[in-house]
Amino acid sequence: MKGDLVDIRDKIARRETTARAVVQSTLDRIASEDRALNSFHEVLAETALAAADHVDAGIAAGRNIGELAGVPIAVKDNIATRVGRTTCSSRMLENYRSPFDATAVERLERAGAIIIGKTNMDEFAMGSSCETCAWGAVRNPWDTGRIPGGSSGGSAVAVAANLCAAALGSDTGGSIRQPAALCGVVGLKPSYGRISRHGLVAFGSSLDQIGPITHSVRDAALLYRVMAGDDPLDSTCAPEAVDDPLPLLEQPIKGLRIGIPAQYRKGNSPAVDAALARATESFRTIGATLVDVDLPLTDVGISTYYVIAPAEASSNLARFDGIRYGHRASGNFADVNALLSASRAEGFGAEVQRRIMLGTYVLSAGYYDAYYRRALQVRRLIKNEFDAAFAHCDAILGPTAPTAAFPIGGVTDPLSMYLCDVYTVNTNIAGICGISLPAGFDESTGTRLPIGIQLQAPAFADARLLQIAHAFERAHGGREHPA
Amino acid sequence: MMLFHQAPFRRTPHTMPLNSSTMSNAAESLTVDDVRHVARLARLAMAEDRLPVMRDSLVAILGHIAQLQAVDTRDLEPMAQPLPMRNRLRADEPGKTMSTAELLANAPKTEGDFIAVPKVLGGDSA
Repeated sequence: MKGDLVDIRDKIARRETTARAVVQSTLDRIASEDRALNSFHEVLAETALAAADHVDAGIAAGRNIGELAGVPIAVKDNIATRVGRTTCSSRMLENYRSPFDATAVERLERAGAIIIGKTNMDEFAMGSSCETCAWGAVRNPWDTGRIPGGSSGGSAVAVAANLCAAALGSDTGGSIRQPAALCGVVGLKPSYGRISRHGLVAFGSSLDQIGPITHSVRDAALLYRVMAGDDPLDSTCAPEAVDDPLPLLEQPIKGLRIGIPAQYRKGNSPAVDAALARATESFRTIGATLVDVDLPLTDVGISTYYVIAPAEASSNLARFDGIRYGHRASGNFADVNALLSASRAEGFGAEVQRRIMLGTYVLSAGYYDAYYRRALQVRRLIKNEFDAAFAHCDAILGPTAPTAAFPIGGVTDPLSMYLCDVYTVNTNIAGICGISLPAGFDESTGTRLPIGIQLQAPAFADARLLQIAHAFERAHGGREHPA
Repeated sequence: MMLFHQAPFRRTPHTMPLNSSTMSNAAESLTVDDVRHVARLARLAMAEDRLPVMRDSLVAILGHIAQLQAVDTRDLEPMAQPLPMRNRLRADEPGKTMSTAELLANAPKTEGDFIAVPKVLGGDSA
């Protein structure tokens, strides 16, 4: 199964192949390739084949089968599906089965998409390398000794290795865009509130957003259109009408302004700087106007994020008490809190515990004002800074991550790991949209390691962002495939 | 079968320094006792030999976060979430609901239509 989602869909619709053949070949590829990659925690073969037969029957009967009919989509394991488990790659939820589908999943399935499996991730989406996954590290298909990025690493790998037509990820501080960059695929974090989070296991509620990881910008635009829009089951979903990005994609971007912040050219690897320079030149070639913009608070983003996100996580993860669902410690306990504390200590891995501790600390009496309140004030400044920059440009260009993928086990210090997200956290802090696009390779280590560039655009300018991304993809060339 | 809900955090006198106007000082002075206290608040059982390790990583992270001190935040309204949102209410009408069996399916232990928990004696340890 090669080609992007739209190609696969069109071949099924034109009866050049069948949904069953596509799903079966996808299952075969997963069986042969994924042992080395560990991108899937669970493959939903039985239900996927049944759904494929349903699509094929629909085509044979001439029914309207939906704009995603027959395409196999992988779902990050923190997004609820009725079939299979939803583990968040955590022992805490090892056996958890959701009694409902996430709204995003329901909308994909209603459009005919087939859920092929659940993908590995950093535990509870906390990480940038997929090394905190309780089911083992996920491996980069370009070099299996290296990390795929995270936290949606399994989804990015599944797309990069052609183990699905597209995948869903979630992005709290870069968790869609950074793995997409490191695996050489497209990753879209829509604006805050654009896609329902009903069924997304909450991490940082003021930051979390579901989005697609795809082979092409066109695929991302299509999946965005299918999933976006208000949902009565998520009161934080934006009620505003969704702009359809698909009609915009082919429009030229001549005259649109691309902002380049000086702050995005500091501390990158030489290969990333070179990729950024090439991307800038591509935009010049296709008629965009390049403008300097100033984002002096870029460096403060990590500090702001690592107050807000752990604070929200410590609150959200308080629900995991081992009583109603999730892991419960066995044995006799002196009191209720001993039972809760033992269950949580056994169920959560080291990084999740660290974030809960950090969040609990910054929210605790005596520290709330110094850390949490102050971070929320800086958050407003970061938002204001983006607003000021977007007064002068339609999108901001920069790297997605400062380096290409590092070796598994290569970064052990938590703070160094956090700093990998310097270019992505502020997108979530401000609630704007961002996309990572394949933009070349770092070949300095002897292997080809993908590099991504990021475009960011104002809140609810997702359609415009996708238009600009599509123009870049066309000028620069689409994604390449690992050997 | 006994019913209980998660006990609210009891206010406990804490050992952390109250003067928190300087974050970096607060971070550096974080003690193993403080970490033990935070772990109790977070309902995380933490072995004694892990406390210093956790302390060191929290100190490193909080030390970095101290850079927020250098940002002038005077007169700024805190921004808890990125969009101007209004409270949204729906009509109070009965809708679909999940069955008791579905809701209990994930419980670690059940007895009849109840979630079973081990017998626990005593009160809140916090």
